[in-house]
Formats: sequence, structure tokens, C-alpha cells
Amino acid sequence: MASELNKLTIADASSKLRGREITATQLTRDCLDRIAAAEPRLHAFITVCEREALEQARAADARLAAGNAPALCGIPLGIKDIYATRGIRTTCGSRILETFVPPFDATVIERLRADGAIFVGKTNMDEFAMGSSTENSAFGPTMNPHDIGRVAGGSSGGSAAAVAAYECLGALGTDTGGSIREPASFCGVVGIKPTYSRVSRYGVVAYASSLDQVGPFARSVRDAAIIIRTLAGKDARDSTCSARPVPDYERALTGDVKGLRIGVPREFFVEGMQPEVEKSVRSALKNYESLGASTVEISLPHTGYAIAAYYLVATAEASANLARYDGIRFGLRVNAEDNIALYETTRAHGFGAEVKRRIMLGTFALSAGYYDAYYLKAQKVRTLIRNDFERAFEKCDLIVTPVAPTTAFKIGEKMNEPLTMYLSDIFTISLNLAGLPGMSIPCGHDSNNLPIGMQLIAPPFAEETILRAGDAFERTGAFKPRTPAV
Amino acid sequence: MNREAYEAVIGLEVHTHLLTRSKLFCGCSTTFGAGPNENVCPVCMGMPGVLPVLNRRAVELAIRTGLAAHCAIAPYSIFDRKSYFYPDLPKGYQISQYETPICKGGYIDLPATENGEPRRIRLTRIHIEEDAGKNIHGENASLVDFNRSGVPLIEIVSEPDLRSAEDAGAYLRQLRAILRYVDASDGKMEEGSFRCDCNVSIRKRGAKEYGVRSEIKNLNSFRFVEDAIDYEVGRQIEIVEGGGKVAQETLLWDPARKETRPMRSKEYANDYRYFPEPDLPPLIVPAEMEEKVRASMPELPADRKTRYVRELGLTEYEADVLIADRDVADYFEATLPALKNRKSAANWVMTEVLRVARDSGESFVEAVPPAAEVGALLRMVEGQKISLNAAKTAFAAMVKSGKGAEATIAALGLAQVSDESAIAAACDKVLAAEPEKVAEYRAGRDKLFGFFVGAVMKAMGGKANPKVINDILRAKLTG
Repeated sequence: MASELNKLTIADASSKLRGREITATQLTRDCLDRIAAAEPRLHAFITVCEREALEQARAADARLAAGNAPALCGIPLGIKDIYATRGIRTTCGSRILETFVPPFDATVIERLRADGAIFVGKTNMDEFAMGSSTENSAFGPTMNPHDIGRVAGGSSGGSAAAVAAYECLGALGTDTGGSIREPASFCGVVGIKPTYSRVSRYGVVAYASSLDQVGPFARSVRDAAIIIRTLAGKDARDSTCSARPVPDYERALTGDVKGLRIGVPREFFVEGMQPEVEKSVRSALKNYESLGASTVEISLPHTGYAIAAYYLVATAEASANLARYDGIRFGLRVNAEDNIALYETTRAHGFGAEVKRRIMLGTFALSAGYYDAYYLKAQKVRTLIRNDFERAFEKCDLIVTPVAPTTAFKIGEKMNEPLTMYLSDIFTISLNLAGLPGMSIPCGHDSNNLPIGMQLIAPPFAEETILRAGDAFERTGAFKPRTPAV
Repeated sequence: MNREAYEAVIGLEVHTHLLTRSKLFCGCSTTFGAGPNENVCPVCMGMPGVLPVLNRRAVELAIRTGLAAHCAIAPYSIFDRKSYFYPDLPKGYQISQYETPICKGGYIDLPATENGEPRRIRLTRIHIEEDAGKNIHGENASLVDFNRSGVPLIEIVSEPDLRSAEDAGAYLRQLRAILRYVDASDGKMEEGSFRCDCNVSIRKRGAKEYGVRSEIKNLNSFRFVEDAIDYEVGRQIEIVEGGGKVAQETLLWDPARKETRPMRSKEYANDYRYFPEPDLPPLIVPAEMEEKVRASMPELPADRKTRYVRELGLTEYEADVLIADRDVADYFEATLPALKNRKSAANWVMTEVLRVARDSGESFVEAVPPAAEVGALLRMVEGQKISLNAAKTAFAAMVKSGKGAEATIAALGLAQVSDESAIAAACDKVLAAEPEKVAEYRAGRDKLFGFFVGAVMKAMGGKANPKVINDILRAKLTG
């Protein structure tokens, strides 16, 4: 009980597992015990998979005993409830899928299973990944482990909180506009959104198909690197998934950032952002300079249009992606006198307010007569934003910005102001529009001891640059994340 | 009603299943006739998180069809989502092609008929899309079968170049022939692999502007297309003649009542909200791929027709009948080796063989004896081993027994006698028995020659070679 193996990093746990110092069963037990203790205050999980996890742990132990087990064998992970998991219900944070048990695994789930990873449970999220605080979950919000009066961020808030609170060693999230990076920042953990197409989306419940991307949460950059190596790579079931070979990301972690040119976009340090956020990021930049990197001011002039473009593209795609929840084949059905009424009542009961808002926005944006003015225009803005980054990366190898303008806000604070809520993603959203990889890494805390995240951005498929720079910062020991209050 | 004063303007949108083994975006089988919801998987059931992967064969078949119809193949096209709610549409949208079809332009030539010249019907486009499932309505519940969901279709859209129901029928038959030639479709309408929407309007003969059109949806046989157009043209003329105006509306054909009726607006009033399908990359057809497909193209009906006329000496009509169905044309050609008379082979296939196929109710290939056996039979006629009548008798027997030509001729004793001494003996007998007629003939009643031939043939049991009889008789009578 007091062993607290759940506090190990993945790298340490993996070496102890393979060295037979600990067993996957002990490690999983410690995570499950921690979950039992912390969940009443956190609500990071929608479904805890105790029985399945212990079965997986037994299998992992057998494999570890046989030798040559992969790095993730026996490592307990949290899985955002957006991933299709065969035989385990997958709600996507929605009433409409409350009882849905997929008959198939998402590709990344299949890959993690093949490596012997253990799934301790399905983590809480904003319904259909629509939100920045996990307050839009049909099953209630997730609390921030550093202050249970505050949000964990979103939409992957459950995964971020579970990793921060030692309920698991790592977790999967998804990021459509910042849904990995913002909660990672709020909860003080590492979160990566890889390049669009780097990881298969097959079996990930779609919110906005051209923006959604799979990524991990972990308590160190190295741990995140270990997870994405397993996730990434070509998938015959996802035609948008890249066939580029997957590098050994851990080998990029050299600690050496000498000569690295870091771009600092002036548009990302704006009026009205929390001063401590800017201060922490600037201080991290000083650290990089002391390690031999250089900084250069750059401009991403179309940043101001990113949120508007995002809310047209994302909602348009969502309006079609969510049409399948019609009560006919799976999930909730509320019967009515005819087809149309059945759809109306099912969807009226099954979807929450934010989901309905976005479906309506997207339906409007695609309607006859509006398509050119909204959807098409937004796609053009997207090109401009991508061009901004391309030009910027002529001058630098890496861009560093804050993840969010503020630290974690109070539960309920922004629930009645959707537009203010949307602004939480102002620094993260343009990466999704441009398809770029980005990472949130803890770089400080504010006067309330709430974590502050720094965002590292690289050109497409340059995840190694991000990981190397993030790891180098961790090694300086300039900032040590605090143990959460919960 | 003065029907002659008006001209119909008709454009067709034909949907046809492509002959692929698996569905357009998943590996499920496309086999017709499986039990309900047996050919399904998470992808074609539209489960959360699934993604489409494009079937390469479907693209090739669409390109083959496009090349056969003289279309331009788009080097770059994209797929779009067409959104509407219906229980048989699992994702709530259909993956189709909207602004960038894979094939653009093109045309289909219609052969000349008794009523008119050959005609060229222009095509607007051909695009690829997925089919939906099927709703089955019971008394207390409706059921949905998703076996058809995701089966690949092409939609072939014509310009409004058709002028009558007969035109539409001729166009459809020609189109079906092309689809079968390029292996794109089996043209089996009874299995729901063909559906047609007709846009119909009328105008005063000679007018340039189009009238207001109505759209008749979901016709699933050539016959319904022709009947519906006929009815609709008549209906529109009546309206205009009565001083009224044709409304732009969507109609359904009621085959039992033989009339069109408007669909409820709920059934079609959709804003489909097309937008590019983000789950599929653009469809790129490199020049090499187009060339490769082009190189693999079979001889097309029009080329075959030209060859039949120029090289085999058939008439246009004969060629048209033979090429209409690829199986028939292939069959015809398989009878040809070692035959001198191509024309008699063509006639034989057009009459005897097609009659057997028509009467059997089975598919052509299943119904008729092997082409090589028919070739053997015709070779015996050419070599004067059997008479044409004997060949017909033998053919009927072959259809029933499944036996070969030689065996059948032998079993039925149909071989022709060409032995000159036997025939000469029979001639002598006949001439000796009819001295008066011989005298009349020699006095100039030439017509009696036929009587002598008939009498000799009768004496020989019908098996004598008529040419030999002729020669011998002529020699004896004049000598």
C-alpha cells in the first residue's frame, strides 16, 4: 500500500518491471488504490476498469517474465473516453453514448495492447471533446488536482488530472484546438499534440476530422516520447495517416540545444494575459539562452483570425461527424411517432448544450448560401495561418509561447460565457489549423501555486526538436513541478 | 391534344453498382443475397471513430467507364460529404463527389433506328459515391439492412439531349452495354444495381429555351423509365395545352397505377450541406494510371460494330444486334474459327441462339450450348455434311441434351448424303416414273424442275445434298 509505485515515471517503472524489481500487478494495484482514494475529489475517470486492468497486468507479468518485453509492457495508462475500446464502454462524455460498448479497438488502443500496456480506466472529457474545461462532460466535471475548486482544463481534463494526481503513469488525450496542451498546462504535466497525420485517428470518436489528433500525457518529456513512439505510424485504416517512418524519439533526448534558434511570436504575448504566465515563459527562454540556444522575435500576423476560423471549420465538420448519433443503430434512442421526431427527441435528450451549439453553428456555416462566406473563407484563413508558420520557421527551429493566457480558472467561472471559454485556446488553436506539432511542458506556477505551461512548436514532423528542447529544459531543474494538493 | 407540336427534353441520372468484390470504403463483401446485416462492419455501420479507405478497384472501374464514354478523367478530384438524415444512411451523410467528379464530359452514341438517324448523347459527368442500406417496413416496426451500405456506385449524368421515351430506352441500353463491356457493372436490375432519375420538360417543337422540368426519382427498370417519361410528357403537354404551367417538382412513378405523383416535400427538401470529406485525401489519378487503365480496355461496342461491318461484312443492323450484349458478341466471335461464311454465323446467333436464350429465362451464357459446338455445327453446313434444316433440328436437340454437334448429328442420323451414284439412281427412278412431266419440262415448263428435286429429296429421306441433286438432275434432263 505504501509503496506508491504509481508515482514512478514510465521510464523508471519500465526498467524496474523489466529488471523484475516490481511487478505490473503491484504497479497496477497501486494505481487502482490511488484511483479509489482520489476519485471522489477529482472525478478524472468516467469508467474505472479494475478487473480488465488486473487481467492485463497478469498477462504483462507473464510477458515480462519471458523477457524482451516492450517499454510500455505493464505500464498503467488512462485512456480518454473518446477511444473505441473493444468490450469497454466508450461514452465520449455524452449521454447519447452512455451505454455504447464498441465491438472494435481504435488503432492506437490496439498498438498499446500489443505492447502490453494496461488500461486502468476511461478518463473524463468534455462531451465529444467540445470544451476547454471538462465541465461539458455529461457525467460532471473533473477537478484540478492542484485546487479542486478549479477546472482541470479540457477537453482531455480527465487524462491530465489522472496523470498529475498519480492515478496512472501516463494517459491518452486528443487535441483538436488545444485539448491536450491546455489541460496539461492547467494540471502541470507534459502533453503532446503530434503533427496532424502522425498518429492514426481510426477508432477515435471524431469531433473535427481535419483537426483532431491523438497524443499522450505524461509526467516527463521522456515518458511522452516513449508513448508516442508506440502510437505513431502508418495505418491502413486511416487514409490521412502519414507513411513516414517513425523515429526513435528517445534518442532525440540529448540535452543539447546549442545553436537552436527559438522564435518568440509577438502576437502570443498579449494584453490581458496573466502576468505570471508571461514571466514564467520569458524566464524559461532565458534558461534556453543559457544553454546555448538563441531567441528571435517573430511574427505570426494572422493569429488573430485563428479562433474564428477554427469555430467555423471545427463546427462544420462536427455537424456532419455527429449526424450518426441518430438513435437508429447504437447509443441512446428516445422513441417517437416517426423518423424525424425520433431523431429530434433522441438528439435533444442525448446531447448537451455546448454540443448542440456547435452542431447548429456548423450546420449554419455549411448551409446553402453561406458556405462561401463561412466555411470556404475559414479554409482560406487556415492557409494564411499555415503560411505564417512556414515563413516563421525560415528564421527559427522552434517556437515558444505560453499554452494559455491564464492558469486554471474556477469551476463554473466561464460556463455561461462560451466566447470567453473559447479564448482559453487562443494560443493552441492555430497549431491545429496548421497541422503542426506542439507540446505543453510545466515551466512555473502562479501565486496560487497553480501550474503554468509553456508551449513548444515545431515544423511538421519535427517532434524530435520539441522533445529535445523540452527534455533539455527539464534537465536544467530550473522548475520542479509541485506535487498536487489532492 | 396535339402531341406532335411538342418536343420532350430529357436528361437522365443513372446510378449503377460497380462490380467490386468489396465495398467502397471497407473490406465487407458486396455479394448480393446474404442474410440481413451479414455483410457489415463498424465502418459501413457508421460507428463512432471509424474512417473510410477508398477501394482502388472502384476507381479503376469508374475510369474504365469514363474512358469508354469518351470522358476526360480528372487528374485531381475530391470526395464530399452529402448530409441528410435517413435510417438507412448510417453516418448521416453520404460520401460522394460534388464539385469535382472523376469523369467530366463525354458522350454516348445511339445507333440509328427505324425512326431516326444515329444520335450523340452528351454526358455531363460521372462520379463515384457509396450506396445506402435498405429500409424494410413491417406492420409495427421498420427494419434496416446495411448489407448495401457502402457498396460502390457511379452516377452517370447526361445532358438534356434525349427527346423521347424511346431515346431514353436506347440510351440506357447503350449505357448498359458499355458498362458490361468494361466490367464496371453486371447490369442486373432485379438486384437493385441500377437506379435512374429522369429530368423531364417539354417545349414547343423548334423552341430554344427549356421548359420547367420535373424530376422523376428512383426508377429501377428501363421499362419504368420509358413508361414514366411517356406519362410525364403527356401530363405536361396536357397542362400546357390547358393553359396551365408545369410546376418544378420531384415525382415518384407508381408502376401499378401507371402515373407519377409528387413526393412529399419532407421526402426530398434537403439542404445537403456538401463539404469536402476531411477523412479522405484528394483522389489523384496520375497520367500513368490513366494510361494503364486505357491499355487494359477491351474493344468497345462502337469499335466492335465498325469491325463487324468492315471486316466481317455484316450489315449495321446485324452488327448492332450482336454488339448490344458483350456476351452475345463474344459468343458470336467464338463460333467463327474455321468458318468461311461469317454472315450465316451472325444470322444463326441472332435467330436460333438468341431465341433459345430469350425463351430460357436464364442468363445468356447459361442458356445456350457452347459457341464452339455451334461453330462445329455451322462448319458441317458449310461443308455440306448436313442441311440447314438438319442443323436446326440438331441445335434444338443440343440445347436439350447438352451434347456436342457431332454426337447429336450421328445420334439423329442427320448426316447429308452426297454420294453421287446413290443420288443418280434416285434421279433415274423419279424420271422413269414421271415420263409425262419429263416431256413437259423438256417442252419448256422450267418450273417443273423444283418438282423433280422435291421428289428426289423425298426418295432420299430428306438427307440428300440438294446441290448434288440439282447438278445431276439438270444433266439428266438436258442431256
